[in-house]
Amino acid sequence: MFGFSRAQFIAFLAMLALIIICPFVLYPVFLMRVLCAALFACAFNLMIGYVGLLSFGHAAFFGMGSYVAAWTMKFWHVDASIAIILGGLTGGALGLALGYLAIRRSGIYFAMITLALAQMVYFFCLEAPFTGGEDGIQQVPRGYLFGFIDLSNDLTMYAVVAAVFVGGFLTIHRIIHSPFGQVLKGIRENEPRATSLGYRTDDYKLIAFVLSTAIAGVAGGTKALVFGIATLTDVNSSTSGEVVLTTLLGGLGTVFGPVMGAVVVTSMENYLAQFGAWVTVTQGVIFMICVLAFRRGIIGEIGAYLKLHL
Amino acid sequence: MIMIFGISGPLLFGQLLLGLINGAFYAMLSLGLAVIFGMLNIINFAHGALFMMGAFASWMLLNYFGIGYFPALILAPLLVGAFGILLEKTIISRLYKLDHLYGLLLTFGLSLVIEGLFRNGYGSSGLPYRIPNILQGGTDLGFMFMPNYRGWVVLAAAVVCLGTWAIIEKTSLGATLRAATENAPLVQAFGVNVPRLITLTYGGGVALAAFAGVLAAPIYSVNPNMGTNFINTVFAVVVIGGMGSILGSIITGFGLGVVEGLTKVFYPQASATVVFVVMVIVLLTRPHGLFGKAA
Repeated sequence: MFGFSRAQFIAFLAMLALIIICPFVLYPVFLMRVLCAALFACAFNLMIGYVGLLSFGHAAFFGMGSYVAAWTMKFWHVDASIAIILGGLTGGALGLALGYLAIRRSGIYFAMITLALAQMVYFFCLEAPFTGGEDGIQQVPRGYLFGFIDLSNDLTMYAVVAAVFVGGFLTIHRIIHSPFGQVLKGIRENEPRATSLGYRTDDYKLIAFVLSTAIAGVAGGTKALVFGIATLTDVNSSTSGEVVLTTLLGGLGTVFGPVMGAVVVTSMENYLAQFGAWVTVTQGVIFMICVLAFRRGIIGEIGAYLKLHL
Repeated sequence: MIMIFGISGPLLFGQLLLGLINGAFYAMLSLGLAVIFGMLNIINFAHGALFMMGAFASWMLLNYFGIGYFPALILAPLLVGAFGILLEKTIISRLYKLDHLYGLLLTFGLSLVIEGLFRNGYGSSGLPYRIPNILQGGTDLGFMFMPNYRGWVVLAAAVVCLGTWAIIEKTSLGATLRAATENAPLVQAFGVNVPRLITLTYGGGVALAAFAGVLAAPIYSVNPNMGTNFINTVFAVVVIGGMGSILGSIITGFGLGVVEGLTKVFYPQASATVVFVVMVIVLLTRPHGLFGKAA
């Protein structure tokens, strides 16, 4: 199902079980933050893990999705589902525009271009009137889903976020294991050969980028819904760096790595928040350790130990 | 008063000078990035943090040891450059056999650590650094009033940039360096110690960033975020210029600074984004950059 191997399917069931049990043990708002970060990281992993392109500007899509969802909820009073979809569409549309420019280069240039373009989006959000500048869009009501499900209850909200996450997770998994996904992996391994086989590699890369950014937009929209706030932090380059860290720590190109990374990074932020700038230092140190000694990430290492692809 | 395109002359030239100053920093930083990339095949994401360290080094030299601006202009790049050499020796050299992206990720992590540590130690509000007495005040040039320090920054940056260009293009050390960039194993076969050359290149690039940091200290307040603010724009500058040519990155750096300054006069809202807009146009028309070679 969905192209899962046996081991992956078991791992998926275990993850589902954890998603269901955890809100009764842990604080749901924290878990929702983890799930949004996890979906965001999964979307990012679609690019780095399966196309081999490192986007250093994914916060632009996450943040814009978050802004649009928050704005439409607050001022147009749209349904929660519409707000999340609009967030995804915004991410995807912006991804189409910026991706069209960025895929002209690969490797480190792709990283620098996405970083610079995201910085442009950040400056735009800083100046544009609808984002509320430094204040952001605050006090967004959670409202209702499909017109009748009241989301002000944290557990109800959690169920919705969990559904969005699992939906996004399965979508990404399906994309990777489709013929389209196989071509993406082919491009990652040897682009000239894929070209010589007649694949229009730029089109494939652009479509993958749009899919990735649309899901990032969904993650941003969901986050705006949960916390009722969309701010400059969401579009800031530090958020772009964080999603890179999350995915790297969990394991680039693994199915469950980004989720594991999100759990670790979000918990770390949560528990280290009181130490101020030490969060940044810790993140930096983890970055360096991952690159120097631990390139497969947590899930990648576990997978290598068990000789499974997780 | 002179009027140009309905804008008063002093305003226009004032912004032009500000643009040149920003351009000087873009040029020095993108030059360092290009030199490091040429040799190490690594995009030094920590460049902004090292630039900031240069500014802090001059502040520390003054406040802890009473060493003034001009000695700091030499000492701070040496100190930070030595730190860079240490980094290259201990950490960065482990990555040469891996994908370039890992170098970028590692140096990104490094920049987080450095900036975080400085934020812990000195807060993020910024520390003042006085302009040295000899460069206080300004000069009336007839068409505009120029603060002496700003003129000095543009001059010093231009001299250092051209000096770097001369070393790389006109000396035998530079010739070895360029040869090693083209084909390291062959140059090593000729008996050149390439790993040492790589280490020195990294140290040199870092020293250049630190030098820029010292120049920046009296203009911007010395604060842990000063590098990040610059480096994102510098990456756009590097994409625009392409990393193929030393002179190219100098021209692109200064040129974009001027473009930014002019935008501040004619359409201030766009001044923060104009460099990125230029980048978009360049990507659409010349994807490999103005001075870049097709890979």
